Amino acid sequence: MLKQGNIPLFHISRRKALPWQLAWLIRGVAIVLALLVCAIITTQMTDYNPLQVYATMWNGAFGTTRKIWILGQDIAILLCISLAVTPAFKMRFWNIGAEGQVLAGGLACAACMICLGDTLPNALLIVCMAAASIAAGALWALIPAIFKAKWNTNETLFTLMMNYVATQLVAFFVIVWEVPKGAGKVGIINQATEAGWLPQIGSYKYLLNILIVALLTIGMYVYLNYTKQGYELSVVGESEHTARYVGIKVSRVILRTLLLSGAVCGVAGLLLVGGTDHTITTTIADGRGFTAVMVSWLAKFNPIGMIFASFLLVFLDRGASEISTNFGLNQSFGDILTGVILFFIIGSEFFITYQVQFRRSGKKEDDNV
Amino acid sequence: MKKSISILLAMLLALSLFAGCGSTSSGETETSGSAAAGTETGSDTAATTADVKVGFIFLHDENSTYDKNFIDAAVEACDTLGVEYVLRTNIPEGQECYNAAAELVDDGCDIVFADSFGHEDYMIQAAKEFPDVEFCHATGTRAHTEGLSNYHNAFASIYEGRYLAGVAAGMKLNEMIETGEITEDEAKIGYVGAFTYAEVISGYTSFFLGARSVCPSATMEVTFTGSWYDETAEKEGANKLIQNGCKLISQHADSMGAPTACETAGVPNVSYNGSTISACPNTFIISSRINWAPYFEYMIGCVISGEEIAADWTGTIESGSVVLTDVNEAVAAAGTTEALEEVRAALLDGSLHVFDTSTFTVDGETLAGYQADVDTDADYTADTQAISDGYFHESEYRSAPYFDIQIDGITLLDQAF
Repeated sequence: MLKQGNIPLFHISRRKALPWQLAWLIRGVAIVLALLVCAIITTQMTDYNPLQVYATMWNGAFGTTRKIWILGQDIAILLCISLAVTPAFKMRFWNIGAEGQVLAGGLACAACMICLGDTLPNALLIVCMAAASIAAGALWALIPAIFKAKWNTNETLFTLMMNYVATQLVAFFVIVWEVPKGAGKVGIINQATEAGWLPQIGSYKYLLNILIVALLTIGMYVYLNYTKQGYELSVVGESEHTARYVGIKVSRVILRTLLLSGAVCGVAGLLLVGGTDHTITTTIADGRGFTAVMVSWLAKFNPIGMIFASFLLVFLDRGASEISTNFGLNQSFGDILTGVILFFIIGSEFFITYQVQFRRSGKKEDDNV
Repeated sequence: MKKSISILLAMLLALSLFAGCGSTSSGETETSGSAAAGTETGSDTAATTADVKVGFIFLHDENSTYDKNFIDAAVEACDTLGVEYVLRTNIPEGQECYNAAAELVDDGCDIVFADSFGHEDYMIQAAKEFPDVEFCHATGTRAHTEGLSNYHNAFASIYEGRYLAGVAAGMKLNEMIETGEITEDEAKIGYVGAFTYAEVISGYTSFFLGARSVCPSATMEVTFTGSWYDETAEKEGANKLIQNGCKLISQHADSMGAPTACETAGVPNVSYNGSTISACPNTFIISSRINWAPYFEYMIGCVISGEEIAADWTGTIESGSVVLTDVNEAVAAAGTTEALEEVRAALLDGSLHVFDTSTFTVDGETLAGYQADVDTDADYTADTQAISDGYFHESEYRSAPYFDIQIDGITLLDQAF
């Protein structure tokens, strides 16, 4: 019998704020536990030494200077998209359409590079690309926002569906621009002229992207924490009625915030298409529009925390791919380990927010359990 | 009080797992030796080849029949020659390909190979940056015009393999006509293609010509999926063709979608990239595939001996690059193996050409000449006369196929891709 009269064996209640040391202790324990479970899985499923597997994971992220740069680039893109969805989330507007917004931005950027590549001087072309990407991303977020603000439609479904529209649009234009005919791929745009390629700082391919996202991070931190607009959107998030009562125009805040959200996604599209890949494919966002949701929540909408959260996810991803290469294991094995680690980390947040209370001991009832 | 209990609980949990770890760590010491030996990098046995290391980039992993065909050949060739190798799987056709190539160079690879068409631009980018490393790319089209001494394309005259597989398909149709299962007019073949790309057009046309060479009443319908790997779309494509009345299916796309749809419907299937007999024992007839081991051995051999790798290499039946799997006697028509041996001999001695202009017509007329787009450029300018001596010279002016003619007898159901 787990129940004694009306008193359950344990119940769960919300904690008062936990001292930060204890919070980090719980997180630390979670990671150690996750690594232990991964070790058990590794020894049971393969012949490899778990410590070796972890070392490989580390090497996959930090093994060479180039790997560190790639790590930085991947963090920058994921962080950029996470920053984009955060103001919307803080406003309790479930924007899960970042994938489509990035694609829309990337598509606009590619269109400029392909159609204007030969006609405009490079500096002007890059300005056009930036403007087009940001506008396209913002538009893609604004459409569901208008419907939400005017007719209170469900933004979760709307933004999700906009992803598929964007994917199909990109698929369509890939066929329009494909080289050679019938190949179903655009390839590197302007490979010979490098027209519209964002400039490279020194010999560092990915430095520009990282710097831009670093500035964005600071900007978003300030915007959310120290500006009137940032305050307004969090009030709307807490309670629309309160917001209305204190004289905030809710629909205006929704539109404004989603414009910002989409615009930052557009920047991510610009950095991907103009900065690194120089092509457009339907998979260029690579699911990061959804991963960003997790980053944003893990960091509790704090842009500084998001640096660590996106680092963690990218680190795990790079590590998983290195494991599959070095040990000849299927990629899925690395993904299993990643899943276990994430499960524990997300689980630890539960124990930080809530506490499990057991039935008071000292009473004799316990003997029956 | 409450807090201390929850902490205690957490510690207990941790302890119990530590106990589990005790047994784990004892296992570690046991396995560490074999783990080191078992890593994917092959052991260097021969002293002369000890310095050569090859890096391979694959679009998917072994779950894709296309990539599995490459992976198996890579392992086989490297083991034969005793060189070290690194396999990178699931590398998309984007910046990731360039990154993977650069990382392989950092890792000490002397040759970097990529297996997917969309990798080409990124391989060229890497080839320009690392002139001391050889970059080889399958199915690409740009090496012969790019002028880079360290960038190379390779392909095989797989249209000959398709033709042979087509002969097996035609014989199966003949058998079905003889047994009264279908009438002559119903001898319709279905084909699931990826894109309306020359490689696919060349593939289904040669397959069709092979089938029609033994079953004159054969016709064909082709559908396209718009993806090289889309299991659902390939399955749906095959089902659509079967509903349209196709009596035999073949495909040029890389998943198990079409073969499994055929097995479910009980329609005979001619596969590609390798045998699907284990999953489809009741419908699999035969499969043509490119064996990449000869090219890998050639490419690595060149680097070991310091020779230059050809900018554009075409594997043939003779070089062992174009091969057929064993015939599934349970499904194939009687005498298929012997008949294929005859046709193969005729292809080898040059008495038979797959794209013999006397065997097909375009809009009712026999082709006297055709300008093909051999040198890739943005506007697809046709630049080379490909028909001479009464046949279309496929894979002679460039390894990657450039036969993109719509011939009579083949109906395209859609051309969106």
